[in-house]
Amino acid sequence: MLFSVALTFLGLTCVTFFIGRIIPIDPVLAIVGDKASRATYDRVATEIGVNLPIPLQYWRYLNKVLHADFGVSLITAHPVLEDMTRVFPATMELALLALFVGTLLGVPLGVVAATHRGRWQDHVVRFGSLLGYSMPVFWLGLVGLLLFYAKLGWVEGPGRLDVSYDDIVPTVTGLITIDSLIAGEIDVFWNALSHLVLPASILGYLSLAYVARMTRSFMLGQLRQEYVLATLAKGLSPFRVVWVHALGNVWVQLVTVIALTFGSLLEGAVLTETVFAWPGLGLYMKNSLFNADLNAVLGGTMVIGVVYIFLNMLSDLIYPLVDPRARSRG
Amino acid sequence: MSATGLHMGAPTGWRGWLLDPAPASRRQARFGRWYRGWLGLYRNGLAMTGLVIVLALVLVAIFAPLFANHAAAFTQTLTDRLQPVSWAHLFGTDELGRDIYARVIFGSRITLTIVALVSVIVVPVGLAIGLPAGYFGGWIDAVLMRVTDIFLAFPRLVLALAFAAALGPGIENAVIAISLTAWPPYARLARAETLTRRNAEFIEAAELQGASHVRILFTQIMPLSLPSVIIRLTLDMAGIILTAAGLGFLGLGAQPPAPEWGAMVSSGRQYLLDQWWVATIPGMAIFIVSLGFNLLGDGLRDVSDSRAG
Repeated sequence: MLFSVALTFLGLTCVTFFIGRIIPIDPVLAIVGDKASRATYDRVATEIGVNLPIPLQYWRYLNKVLHADFGVSLITAHPVLEDMTRVFPATMELALLALFVGTLLGVPLGVVAATHRGRWQDHVVRFGSLLGYSMPVFWLGLVGLLLFYAKLGWVEGPGRLDVSYDDIVPTVTGLITIDSLIAGEIDVFWNALSHLVLPASILGYLSLAYVARMTRSFMLGQLRQEYVLATLAKGLSPFRVVWVHALGNVWVQLVTVIALTFGSLLEGAVLTETVFAWPGLGLYMKNSLFNADLNAVLGGTMVIGVVYIFLNMLSDLIYPLVDPRARSRG
Repeated sequence: MSATGLHMGAPTGWRGWLLDPAPASRRQARFGRWYRGWLGLYRNGLAMTGLVIVLALVLVAIFAPLFANHAAAFTQTLTDRLQPVSWAHLFGTDELGRDIYARVIFGSRITLTIVALVSVIVVPVGLAIGLPAGYFGGWIDAVLMRVTDIFLAFPRLVLALAFAAALGPGIENAVIAISLTAWPPYARLARAETLTRRNAEFIEAAELQGASHVRILFTQIMPLSLPSVIIRLTLDMAGIILTAAGLGFLGLGAQPPAPEWGAMVSSGRQYLLDQWWVATIPGMAIFIVSLGFNLLGDGLRDVSDSRAG
């Protein structure tokens, strides 16, 4: 398994390297500017190695990536990795809360849909998740802003915090809601939560759609099994059979689903963060894109890709831990 | 057909021919299977809603000039900018005084083009990789599936984003970027479909008759794999539309003045609070179309599942 993870990682570096090669920007010109002399241009070109053979360039690139060196961002003039550690917690805060919402609501809804198969509860859940699948997240975000921020005033608008609350709490985890609690700044906490709740709910709805749907189909598979009938015949309450026995077996598969959902949440964050001016990885990548900041874009792709690979690996690792049956499969 | 037959409700005429439990020819069996599938779909109200939406999209895209005025969609009339919904402008006008209704109608062409182009690229690529992998097995399978897994392990939108950024914005590049990230599930599916048939007796029979591998793949295995690939494609359409719209929203899809729905949402953003229709109506179009594909795909899958078991 480690082999396949390593291979996937190599594939990822190949793709980002390839993207870096085909991008119609002269990397040398991007550094030296238009007015540089021929000599400067040549010197920089040798320095960053654009004239070397492709395999050698790839080797140098791989070396850098393995040393977590993604180069320097053109816009912020900081090393890309430093920028990443700054913006990533904001995305994490958003994605974690969304995942929380999605799992906490999605799993029970999926179970109810499965136990009420073909009845109105099932139809509501199925249709509700289809709606979630079909909605452009950026549009849902705009409609949400229009309704809950502009018209109803229930939540705060774009951004992570009101300007007046900026720089009050010291950064510990990077998650403002948690940092403010650590610092004991309750006002900051409520303000941050009020900014967070809308984008997180919108992303959460999308993951809810997926989680509920998968829970439903897993549960249907379990409820068909004979042990369900046996435990019922033994006199256990249907509630216990469904929520303890059947759901207990389904958790194993759900772990994979939830891990993958988290990956797609990171992606959804690119669009959501653009809508909500959320200073996370997504917005950072989007801004870099439009300023031809190649290092930053590829660094961001790399970070999300690595998280993706890591999540896949994690779910593969957890699987046999929670389900003894999976161990014998090797 | 006798009177008792009618009494039992057995279908007659062309329906009787289609539903005949003992078809006399291959053609009759094939049409009969399609008809039964259609009946299953027809009974599913949501799937039919989806089908109607998808058909409406296709018709609107083809006959766009009949539904809306081409000039209204592209001519800038600055005196008419940001007009609210009225009889003259069903969905209001945008920041350059263009009729949003007409732009949404003509935008359907862009959406349909992207979806069609992606399908045309993704399905053959998926088949070309999945069929040999499942059929030959061994190291061919290992190599092809490893490559597929690598692409499958990538975050789709982010990769499409990086590609679109590298290739430069535009509709063709958006299509390439989406296709690059969309093919792996089809390769997997084609491989799985091939594996279930690899050791079937009719394949063995074809081999004994001296048919080449290529011939068996094309004439025996591919036609049987196509239905599930097509169902998967229908289910994927919504995702493709949403990714394309997302790229458009970020400014990496079709470029102005093309009436791409995602880009329209993006340009209407700054007027959201006062002129809500500029951003929300094109988004509604994206939503309805992708819902249509999802409903249809869901229904198609249910039909194929019930047929299988």
